[in-house]
Amino acid sequence: MSEEIVLSIYRGDADGGQEVEYSVPLTPGMVVLDAVHQVQAHQAQDLAVRWNCKAAHCGSCSAEINGRPKLLCKTRLDDYVGQTVHILPMQTFPIIKDLVSDVSWNYEVAKKIPAFKPATAVPFRMQQFDVDRVQEFHHCIECFLCQDVCHVLRDHDAKDEYFGPRFMVKIAEYEMHPREGGDRIPLLAHEAGLNMCNVTKCCTEVCPQHIRITDNAIIPLKERVADQYWDPLRALFRRKKESPTNQSV
Amino acid sequence: MAQPVQAAVEGRKQAEKHLPYWVEPAFTIVALGGFVIYAIWEVLAHNNGTYHNYVSPFFSPGVAGWFGIHVLTALYVVWVPFIFRFSCYYYRKEYFRGFFFHPAGCAVSEPASHKNKRYTGERRFPFNLNNLHRYAWYLAVIVLIFLWKDTVQAFIFKNGFGVGLGSIILLINAVLLTGYTFSCHAFRNMIGGRKDCFSCANGKPSTGYKWWRRVSVWNQFHGAWAWASLFSVWAADLYIRLLISGVFSDPRLF
Repeated sequence: MSEEIVLSIYRGDADGGQEVEYSVPLTPGMVVLDAVHQVQAHQAQDLAVRWNCKAAHCGSCSAEINGRPKLLCKTRLDDYVGQTVHILPMQTFPIIKDLVSDVSWNYEVAKKIPAFKPATAVPFRMQQFDVDRVQEFHHCIECFLCQDVCHVLRDHDAKDEYFGPRFMVKIAEYEMHPREGGDRIPLLAHEAGLNMCNVTKCCTEVCPQHIRITDNAIIPLKERVADQYWDPLRALFRRKKESPTNQSV
Repeated sequence: MAQPVQAAVEGRKQAEKHLPYWVEPAFTIVALGGFVIYAIWEVLAHNNGTYHNYVSPFFSPGVAGWFGIHVLTALYVVWVPFIFRFSCYYYRKEYFRGFFFHPAGCAVSEPASHKNKRYTGERRFPFNLNNLHRYAWYLAVIVLIFLWKDTVQAFIFKNGFGVGLGSIILLINAVLLTGYTFSCHAFRNMIGGRKDCFSCANGKPSTGYKWWRRVSVWNQFHGAWAWASLFSVWAADLYIRLLISGVFSDPRLF
């Protein structure tokens, strides 16, 4: 007889709820999403869970497993043998039902970011080493686990002051593109709230795509904001460079 | 039927095991807090950090001596590494987690007292000054040059070239501080990271790109450089302090 594992799954909606325990048989290679599907098929047909690809590519099944933001489909159950597996929806966003939370705020934020604006006419040729850097950011699957773990959004609910790590990655993707002609540095310094981030790196720790969000996106963007707004020497050189055309700094 | 996935489960389980979230902030409080207390004691209680040809990193360069000041001589130097480390992107993570609980660990709720205070991140004084990290880096490079001078001096004894245990400690310290300084995120931006296109001049990788790539590799271990160099500064100063106090004499290797 196969080993059983106990799942404690949050059941409820915006009005409240509680964790309910379910026992499922553990089979080799089983991930948490498999177990949730077992529960859904045999014990609680009304259990709500968002999922799609079951291959860690769509970013749909984000949740919190034993207090850690993770993808349900990428978390193996044999890591939890002998423990109760607590499964909760993402805490940063409003809950819709059970494990499904409302992530629509993220799509509203996405609309505020100016789209890619090529500096030269397409099609253009680029060297691979020029685009290696931004290709890391293309790996993002928009699971929003980084948004979920970010304490600025999670503990301080500062959604009106900070776009969150996901959108710092998005802006870095555009800003560091070798053919980008737009300038999002003023957006970062003001509306996007880059300096609300205090670089505690939790976003990097939970990213299932292993994007080095803090080191490769947020910190380089902070340095670019410092270049433009904080560095008096660079401002001086910029003024000298721009003075013949009377452009402002 | 063979189950190759299961073969590695035991090992993987070990790898997956996370330490409790409080271990890292507790370590930061003990190590960083201990160093700060030691540094305050060193600065306030001593005016000399030189033992024969060895100079403690707390007292180099001898800025106070240049101006004929003989009290609190370390104070005129230590502010440079202090602001460099305080504004360092790696240490920000450590002290925000360890000392401010902003947050203490990932997905760990912040203390209830934070709810009554408006969070401003690095927008307000003094944390907004972290934006000037590059200037702290410029100053740290100047101090580092003097530390390398001291390291060379540590191998030159009265009777010529020699190697003492202190020479080795100061050499290790200089190497680790160099690693820490040149793996800095601000330096990574300066050296090439601020460019969007590395080939736009002639279609070939620019010198800035090559340096940026190199610094990016060192940068991955910036945290390790940060801790290692902190402990090496501590060890070098303590070693020289014990020599000055006459607790033991410096063993000469040759």
